[in-house]
Amino acid sequence: MAKGKENPVISTLWSAGCGSHGGCGCEIYVKDGKVTRIEGDKNHPFNQGRLCAKGLAVSQYMYHPDRVLYPLKRVGERGEGKWQQISWDEAYDTIEKKFKDIRAKHGAESVIFCQGTGRDIGGPITFLMYAYGSPNWVQVGLAGHACYTPRLGAMFATHGNYCVADCSQFLEKRYDSPEWTPPKYIIIWAQNPAAGCHDGFYGHWIIDCMKRGSKLITIDPRATWFSTRSELHLQNRPGTDGIIALAMLNVIINEGIYDKAFVEKWCYGFDELKERVQEYTPEKAEEISWVPADLIRQAARLYANNKPSAIQWGEPVDAMPAGSVVAQAITQLWSITGNIDNPGGNVIAINSHGVTTYPFSSAELTDLYGADLVKKLNEKRIGANDYPMIKNFRGWVQPDVLMEQMETGKPYPVKGAWIQTSNIIGGQAADPRRHYEAMKKLDFIVCVDIFQTPTTMALADIFLPVCSICEKESFRSWWQPLGVSVKAIPNIGESKSDWEINLEMAKRLATTPVKFNTVRELIDDRLSAGNTNFDKLKAKGGWEYPPVGHRTRPYYRYEKGLLRKDGKPGFETPTGKVELYSKKYEEWGLDPLPYYEEPKESPTATPEMAEKYPLILTTGRRSPVFFHSEHRMIPWLRELDPFPVAEINDKTAASLGIGDGDWVYVENTHGKIKMKAKVTPSSHPKVVSVPHGWWLPETDGRAPNFFSTWDHNVNNLTSMGNQGKSGFGGTNYRSGLCRVQKISGEKE
Amino acid sequence: MARNGLLIQYDWCTGCHACEVACKQEHNYSEGMCGIKVYELVSSSPEKVYVDFVPALTRFCDLCAERTKTAGEEPACVKHCQATCIAYGNLTELGKAMEKQPRSSLFAPK
Repeated sequence: MAKGKENPVISTLWSAGCGSHGGCGCEIYVKDGKVTRIEGDKNHPFNQGRLCAKGLAVSQYMYHPDRVLYPLKRVGERGEGKWQQISWDEAYDTIEKKFKDIRAKHGAESVIFCQGTGRDIGGPITFLMYAYGSPNWVQVGLAGHACYTPRLGAMFATHGNYCVADCSQFLEKRYDSPEWTPPKYIIIWAQNPAAGCHDGFYGHWIIDCMKRGSKLITIDPRATWFSTRSELHLQNRPGTDGIIALAMLNVIINEGIYDKAFVEKWCYGFDELKERVQEYTPEKAEEISWVPADLIRQAARLYANNKPSAIQWGEPVDAMPAGSVVAQAITQLWSITGNIDNPGGNVIAINSHGVTTYPFSSAELTDLYGADLVKKLNEKRIGANDYPMIKNFRGWVQPDVLMEQMETGKPYPVKGAWIQTSNIIGGQAADPRRHYEAMKKLDFIVCVDIFQTPTTMALADIFLPVCSICEKESFRSWWQPLGVSVKAIPNIGESKSDWEINLEMAKRLATTPVKFNTVRELIDDRLSAGNTNFDKLKAKGGWEYPPVGHRTRPYYRYEKGLLRKDGKPGFETPTGKVELYSKKYEEWGLDPLPYYEEPKESPTATPEMAEKYPLILTTGRRSPVFFHSEHRMIPWLRELDPFPVAEINDKTAASLGIGDGDWVYVENTHGKIKMKAKVTPSSHPKVVSVPHGWWLPETDGRAPNFFSTWDHNVNNLTSMGNQGKSGFGGTNYRSGLCRVQKISGEKE
Repeated sequence: MARNGLLIQYDWCTGCHACEVACKQEHNYSEGMCGIKVYELVSSSPEKVYVDFVPALTRFCDLCAERTKTAGEEPACVKHCQATCIAYGNLTELGKAMEKQPRSSLFAPK
């Protein structure tokens, strides 16, 4: 390879394509206008030269023969798979007319704006939605809004900000920063950090910390690489993490090993919390969670007695019954031990320089559009009036309420959908068939994507081709650092970036004129909050940390008056303290203190169902080479993880006559899917772990097959309508029931 | 001439597969071809189940000959190993380093 002639472009990966929640610095090598390879950028503090399998495979994603490169319109029935290439003008004209007609007849709220998991998409999609006038920004089918938002809401209510395990990621010198110290213990709670990109967090930072002395405690139903290297492994029943947190609080409080000075000075409601946790003894927790009481005690003691220590948590916390309550209890663990905004603890995370991709919170929206519009949006936003926490925390629709509304048309009908980077039917949605049935009745649907998916094939009337990370200008503002994505090559085919499409569409649909002429103007406007712009960041190598003393830099900001709007010391809560007794939860009509709630389907809650379906189904297992439902068509990645598998314990499998590699049905009251058994002692004898998001892009994409999504998508075994009292959590993604049966005669 | 190789501290290997894709990208290998492969090893004592991963080099590993011609360039798998557990260098020196590193393996592919 003649490397001398290649010309690396330094950029940031935060996009569909690499499938990243991270924000890795990368070098995009270009030769004759073509990307030849992508490598990690050694100068970038986030990944320090490394790149994951998905990032390294971006070129196969970009140049994939199945990539859609031109706008398409549907010419047959929905699902027939008959498409006709059209011009952008025709696509835009059609969308403009349809969306304006719906707005005139039914109101702008009748069009929902749908995204998948957040990367740089939250900005473009809300920008377009508010221009059009709809309040309905939604991750369709994400039952109980179970992906980080419940945890964010609980942290916002408890201490007014968000915290993450401190692996020195807020400092540009990283592990060499003199003010940082590694956590003595890291509790890895419901996550396999090696197999994914986690909410602005790079999983292998945990390994970097381990090499610098951090020890581990793992809470996970599976045995993993991390549990193997942990001093303690709490192998719990899926769905019961709440009672483990409560019992740990019980131990730490009753043994007096909390940080008394911190609690005295900075916490509100300690006595109430102390009283509440009395009933949650380790023995009670053992009965419910399967974890021996002594192990819970040891975990609590190791964590509390070794300061600083940190907790790194995963998405299953959100999916618990009462997800926002489980998250609240875990938040209290780092609060009462004083492990908040301290080096090596759980550090407060604020978007670098105060820049956001686009306003997500009610407060930001009010600043931008005024209180009247926000009030109007909140009146119509689906689910906001049913759930005060949904209404007052972030501008999202409650997805379970949306499901009902799509079916009943009450209180108003949903007529159209703009679906951008979201595979609802093949990935995100619980009960995807129910979503398919409801959404195929909508009058008009636009899908914006790179590939055809089960969702685009089943629903799209117009398909707009979006470009990959290497073909666009964008910016990243999630925790640290602030960064830009630099366009390395011309757009392939007629694809455009999410920002380009949404700006052009917003100009046509807006009720008041859009003030930006170009995407660059818009990006620079957002970056101006950080006193910088695209060109400056690009010239600096693509990223920047805020200056010393900035409120988005650690540590101990509550002592310095850097967290509150009024500039006083303390936390941004009604009492100015960490609220162990949450005034916000109280205001929202919720229990201000944490409690335990049993999963709706479990051996305890539904013993009759458990007789027929004796195993516990959890869908939390992740593959290191896929991101959600992406990447199944990428040869380099698929080769490494070729089949949709179900992990079953070896003894359990033997008792069912199932061998490794056998095809099996995983079945429950919601449905049945076909998976390949991976028989392994790393699976708990009573738990079946099935990875999510499986469809087969190599099979027929037309109705009724839709790339085999009904056969292999584990969400066919989940349901909507189980949301917790806050509107958050309560799903059966992580704690359902099932049985497994060998499909006779099938083995590969 | 002194031979080079790779020292892999496999105790740190998390099974992320980045080395495999880095290798395929560097050499533009077709399906089935790769210079390195990661295996999962699950073992159990009466008390505990252990999950480990072990990378091994295949006949297609050329230690990134083209790449390492340029000063300071490491083989693609070394650079992208997310657990930074692969070292490239002179076999004699790697052998000495190995004496201090439990659960490691030394590969001399060519």
